[in-house]
Amino acid sequence: MTTEQNYPIKKVNLICAKGAIEDVYATLVMGNGAVMEGIETNIFFTFFGLDAIVKSRMDKLHTAIVGNAALRLPGGLRMPTLLGVIPGMESFTSWMMKSQMEKLDIPPVSEFLDLIKAGGGNIYACKLAMDMFKFRKEDLSEHVSGVLTIGEFYEHAGGEGSQIIFT
Amino acid sequence: MSQKTYAGITVDVNEEGYFTNSSQWSKEIALEIAKEEGVVLTDQHYAIMEFLRNRFKSGEPLSIRSINHSNVIDVKTFYQLFPGAPLKKATKIAGIPKPASCI
Repeated sequence: MTTEQNYPIKKVNLICAKGAIEDVYATLVMGNGAVMEGIETNIFFTFFGLDAIVKSRMDKLHTAIVGNAALRLPGGLRMPTLLGVIPGMESFTSWMMKSQMEKLDIPPVSEFLDLIKAGGGNIYACKLAMDMFKFRKEDLSEHVSGVLTIGEFYEHAGGEGSQIIFT
Repeated sequence: MSQKTYAGITVDVNEEGYFTNSSQWSKEIALEIAKEEGVVLTDQHYAIMEFLRNRFKSGEPLSIRSINHSNVIDVKTFYQLFPGAPLKKATKIAGIPKPASCI
């Protein structure tokens, strides 16, 4: 316990670089959890992670069903890779995951961003990735506070008791 | 398990100060816990605490998201009413256990 007392986490800076359901939710749960604990929170979305803050995409994320070695069918059997090529399978699996999450009171991405913002968390987009994917500021959620270069991200991340977490 | 005295009444609390018996709670007690937590209670505080207590009694999980369904206040106001860690603070003052939720 002495460690916790002497070095409390005062600030977390999360980086989300991937856009599958589980990647984005790992970031959102950790970010919202930090906000709920009263920890200053910055979340930086880059590369495919940008999908989580693009208005037209945020609530339509998918999970990978081909090349996802941990994916199992209901009942616990491994998902055969060949099943993954059936049209609609990825949408179905993603829908299943989202409905399971809804049962646990895990909100959709857009509502999660509302909660984080309501608690004072900051949400940022990566400038380089925005340029690369040809997104404009208008494409992003109104909760995005700014489009940052990596240098600016590090400026925001500074301070005693601050942690940078790459999900 | 330990005990604390608020407003002249002795109550059972756990090591973090959360009530272990929510029926020992009263509004006068809440006022004193709130003072410890640096919160000055208003009608809005009491209204949302009543929602939290009812939800706890019915066995529903407490989450930050559930505040939006309370029809009392929204999440943003909740953060303003109980600055810092609102769900932890509000449940402590409302005399119910600390929520075991990640959301």
